Amino acid sequence: MSGVFVWIEQFKGEPALVSWQALGVGRKLADEIGEPLIALVFGQNVGELAQKAIHYGADEALVADDQTLAAFRVEPYAALVTKLIEERSPRFMLAGATTRGRDLMGTVAGQVGAGLLSDVIGLDVIDGNLQATRPIYAGKLLSKEVAEGDFQMATIRNRAFPTPDPDESRTGTITQVEPVMAEDEITVKVEGVEEAVGEVSLTDANIIVSGGRGVGGPEGFEPVRELAEVLGGAVGASRAAVDAGWIPYAHQVGQTGKVVSPDLYIAAGISGAIQHLAGMRTSKVIVAVNKDPEAPIFSVARYGIVNDLFKVLPALTKAFKEKLGR
Amino acid sequence: MDFSLSEEHLMVQRMVREFAQKEISPTIREYDRKHQMHPLALPRMAELGILGICIPVRYGGQGFDYLTLALVCEELERVDTSLRVIMSVHVGLNSLALLQWGTEEQKQRFLVPQAKGERYAAYALTEPGAGSDAAAIRTTARREGDVYVLNGEKMWISLANHAHNFLIIAVTDPDARPRYRGFSAFIVQREMKGVTTGDIKGKLGVRAGSTGWISLQDVEVPVENRLGEEGEGFYIAMSCLDNGRYTVAAGATGLIRACLEESVAYANERHTFGRPLADHQLIKQKIAQMSLWYDTARLLVWRAGWLKNQGIRNTRETSMAKWYATEMSVRAALEAVQIHGAYGYSDEYNVERYLRNSKGATIYEGTSEIQQLILAGYALGQRRDKPLRCELPAYDPESWRSEARADSG
Amino acid sequence: MHVVVFTKSTPDTAAKVEVDANGNVTWGDSPLVVNPWDEYAAEEALQLKEKQGANTTVIAVGPEMDNDALKHCVAMGIQEAVRVWDDALEGSDSLGQAKALAAAIKKMGDVDMIITGKEAVDVNSDAVILQAARFLGWPVLSFVAKIVEIDPATGAIKVERLVEEGRETVSAKLPAVVTVVKEINEPRYPSFIGIRKAAKLKIPVWSRAESGRARSEVEAGAAKTKVLEKFPPPPREGEVEIIPSDDVEEAARILAEKLIEEKVV
Repeated sequence: MSGVFVWIEQFKGEPALVSWQALGVGRKLADEIGEPLIALVFGQNVGELAQKAIHYGADEALVADDQTLAAFRVEPYAALVTKLIEERSPRFMLAGATTRGRDLMGTVAGQVGAGLLSDVIGLDVIDGNLQATRPIYAGKLLSKEVAEGDFQMATIRNRAFPTPDPDESRTGTITQVEPVMAEDEITVKVEGVEEAVGEVSLTDANIIVSGGRGVGGPEGFEPVRELAEVLGGAVGASRAAVDAGWIPYAHQVGQTGKVVSPDLYIAAGISGAIQHLAGMRTSKVIVAVNKDPEAPIFSVARYGIVNDLFKVLPALTKAFKEKLGR
Repeated sequence: MDFSLSEEHLMVQRMVREFAQKEISPTIREYDRKHQMHPLALPRMAELGILGICIPVRYGGQGFDYLTLALVCEELERVDTSLRVIMSVHVGLNSLALLQWGTEEQKQRFLVPQAKGERYAAYALTEPGAGSDAAAIRTTARREGDVYVLNGEKMWISLANHAHNFLIIAVTDPDARPRYRGFSAFIVQREMKGVTTGDIKGKLGVRAGSTGWISLQDVEVPVENRLGEEGEGFYIAMSCLDNGRYTVAAGATGLIRACLEESVAYANERHTFGRPLADHQLIKQKIAQMSLWYDTARLLVWRAGWLKNQGIRNTRETSMAKWYATEMSVRAALEAVQIHGAYGYSDEYNVERYLRNSKGATIYEGTSEIQQLILAGYALGQRRDKPLRCELPAYDPESWRSEARADSG
Repeated sequence: MHVVVFTKSTPDTAAKVEVDANGNVTWGDSPLVVNPWDEYAAEEALQLKEKQGANTTVIAVGPEMDNDALKHCVAMGIQEAVRVWDDALEGSDSLGQAKALAAAIKKMGDVDMIITGKEAVDVNSDAVILQAARFLGWPVLSFVAKIVEIDPATGAIKVERLVEEGRETVSAKLPAVVTVVKEINEPRYPSFIGIRKAAKLKIPVWSRAESGRARSEVEAGAAKTKVLEKFPPPPREGEVEIIPSDDVEEAARILAEKLIEEKVV
């Protein structure tokens, strides 16, 4: 047995987009080494997800459908992955570098003694080994690293790889597998999740509009929010704005916040401290709005407007409303 | 010779830097504009123990050496002069005088709460009619049984409106000749009847600092509040300045560093004629000069600090450090504004505040002219240090950190 | 309760990090600081000390430069510090370091919780702590934004974790590994009394032998990942196009059109 494992992450049955990106990368790796691509789908009532995994490129899906796996927990998930690795002896395993993906892969790597390349933004097979490019020092540098050993693992950064187009005509095998741990053996219990409603997650967002010191106060985020809303994007913030208490930490982009890579990043009133740039420099298109033409943010921007954000953002909101008919 | 800082020095430096950068720096501009003290300055410096940094642990302090005091002043003035001014008056001019001249009982009563930051302290020598000419003060202290009755007015007193304890120099013997031999020093408490204070507005700089006046009207001060002997007031006042000037000099190095760091950042960022400012030779020259001023000022301060640690008189060295560091901080601030161009002239950048803040230090605690007279006096052999009845104690880590109460003052 | 903070030194976040001609990472004269996320872990440990009377220790697996981080935590108020290191660990990967960490925790014997930041900013990874948890057989509570309660009698712990979808409330049993996010608290500064203690502290170094692991298990030769090269990210291509904004409405319209053309909207 052999193959490339990809863990398909889900929350209440909703797949994480990065899992499809991981399948896309897995497909490439599997083709290069001429081995099957196997999706691991765990949860409760996740049969449909297994089918989708095939559409996104898997040759086989190993499905574990059980109450104990309904919400993600490291213990039962890692135990099951470990058992499947022992049974199937895959060559590689991939997952998204999400909170859950990192927990799962780090734990499994410890369990089976595998090399783990985490949060990679580039991945290839060289001489049969995984070779990755991954950011270090919060993206200020890149590191090229190689894994060794019979079984190798990597987590991939959200949005660093394209999401493949699903092919609904694709067929594959769906194999049911049994969980390893019973509920009474699992020490961790999930008591509930308070979901952030109505907000687009920063790491998933295609578009992020961020505010910094220049917004001047909590109410200064209003025009930022309005523009984000009309664009269907998420609201980000610089550390200065978060430290000043104008907006919760969950919105912070940068070295000690979230690292994001949207298609469009609009930085309003953000000077572009090195810690902030580290968190957003891989965005596809960066727009900077700042009164100070010397602000370092302009050095990474594709477009810039040197003016007051309180004039520019409402004008942009209006322009997009007209052009997008929203 | 060893120019390196100890691990302890570096950790204190980093901690104070973090406090000033995180809690004061983001909002200081607002308070400077409003002519208001930063509301966190005094309470947080008290809470963190900064106000007792170089006072022995048994007197409520933190037990660090005199060099640490300089490092703290540098970090504070790196962010705003108003923070360092607190150190100059509370520690340099007042608490260290208590450590030097106070009886054990006075240390327990006044120094302990000051070092712990429970009570703030100020120093009052200057009067409307007596600045550089300190011997011209008019405030009187008349002995009446167990009390002295103080009358007069003090001016340009930092923390006048905030301090609880004032070290006041007053005339006890108006007939003494020379006049200064008739001065005595008193610890006056705000709650004493007849003490009123107020702020002075319209200052060029240090607008986030509190400067004011104290009026004394028939204030009855118990004899046990007299610091030192009757007639020692002038010597005490001058010894206070050896410590106060030291903190001013150390702070001024911080101000030079502020100008240097922000000019370097701006010169690297801003482009003119297709090149970063930093690539223009005339800008390089300014940066080179600022570096020289910073290092020289710092070395002079550190030497004075070393002398203090050894318990060696340092009036000359402190005076030199103060003259040089404060004058160069004005020049550094002028150059920093120049490098920043029109932006430097606006309060969108910090350097205009640095320029306004720098000037006062060439005036207070002995003008640059007074420092020059002192230095010339030493060089010409016209001035010699005479031993004082009480010298500032040399720094002794063991005794500074022991919790035990000293046997005697 | 015994709480162990796991940390390391990293360059200051404001540092300009570069690769020198020999391929080594440099950060100019910027100081080393405690890994920023770990400061929150140390603060949380101190709060457990204050609220629950926990004993606190800080540990690092690394070379002498990690003393900076250890001493910072001691200056904040952590009671004991230990550094695990010997030449066999030079060039080791996360697995080797995790083994050394797990062995040291076992040696301490009475540890109820290891607490650390959600990742180390230098290597951008949390692999060491996750793998160490596995070697110890302890559950991991990662990305914790709040410790809701700990019952020292039963060892029950309840936390709120920050996950992609929001906040998840999870309960588990100690001993456990906890990794924290910035939202959990506001770290205190080192105190002066702490600085006095930390500055004169001689941090004990536990060698591999003392932590009971064979050389072959942790040394570089056993590493399953290797760094080939570190390099700066490629500069972003092209110059910024400044859109004149004398007429802001017009500038906004032009920018909107350009962004729609680029298909990013």
